[in-house]
Amino acid sequence: MDPIIIVGTQKTPTVNFNSNGKIEIKGRSIPENSIEFYKPLVDWLEAYSSKPQELTEVNVQLEYFNTSSSKCILDVFKKLESISKAGNNVIVNWYYEEDDEDMLEAGEDYQSIIKIPFKMVEITE
Amino acid sequence: MNIVQGYKQFNFQEWLNKVPKEKIIFAYNGNITSDIVTNLLNVLETKFEGLDISTKSIKVIYNVLVEVLQNLYHHSSHNIIENINNKDVKWAAFILFKNNDYFTLSTGNFIEKKNVGILKEKIEYINSLTKDEIKEYYIKILNNAQYSEKGGGGLGLIDIAKKTGSKLEYNFFDFNNEYSFYNLNINIL
Repeated sequence: MDPIIIVGTQKTPTVNFNSNGKIEIKGRSIPENSIEFYKPLVDWLEAYSSKPQELTEVNVQLEYFNTSSSKCILDVFKKLESISKAGNNVIVNWYYEEDDEDMLEAGEDYQSIIKIPFKMVEITE
Repeated sequence: MNIVQGYKQFNFQEWLNKVPKEKIIFAYNGNITSDIVTNLLNVLETKFEGLDISTKSIKVIYNVLVEVLQNLYHHSSHNIIENINNKDVKWAAFILFKNNDYFTLSTGNFIEKKNVGILKEKIEYINSLTKDEIKEYYIKILNNAQYSEKGGGGLGLIDIAKKTGSKLEYNFFDFNNEYSFYNLNINIL
């Protein structure tokens, strides 16, 4: 299947979703209505879930995301969770900047809801 | 600035003037569109660089601004003051200012009176929660898979309370038969 490659803007993240199992969301996610942005990503994961790689590695590195995005990001994680539940390996690397406790906490919030291994990765400049 | 004749309980200019000018970091009143929100955030980010505050504080303030502007974008009414009948364009005001050892973000927008009750209840509920309860509530609403028709998700105020650890201060000023002026003050330490 075709990859999704989206260049980031001031309000929307850079996205790379590849059927080789590499999933990446990076930058800022602060559009007022995130549903429009995230729907194609969730749809792509739905299609990917019918034939996923043995290992899907998800890298999320966000500087900011608004609450509108947080629900959509959860939808992305729920799709990944169903891929994991079907017996495939999925891991999430959640990046946060040094001292950004809010971002670390956000990762931990998702970790508590979603049954996939999360790794919290601190970025030190 | 004129207010609609005959309704003088709330005066927007007076409200704006309450904050001493020398304390104001940034003030805006006008239309709220997606592009305007983007521009405001860009300007504000530049302003922060000139302030003597930690990167951590900047992040909290910026996060609160993003949420506030998102809320204003979704929930404000149009420009009632100038009695403009173009109901499609949202209008709001906000002032970011230095307040003793902390910052205050004060917002104002018109809302229909019929929505005041629910909003007030929501704020009061959030204010009644402890830090741990806010976190639990946030996760609960996050996980409930409901999106408001405006794509908001219902999390904005909870997130603001969570990130600032402050109680939300609010006022509803009677404006006319149909509308109130809703003022929210968020203290960011």
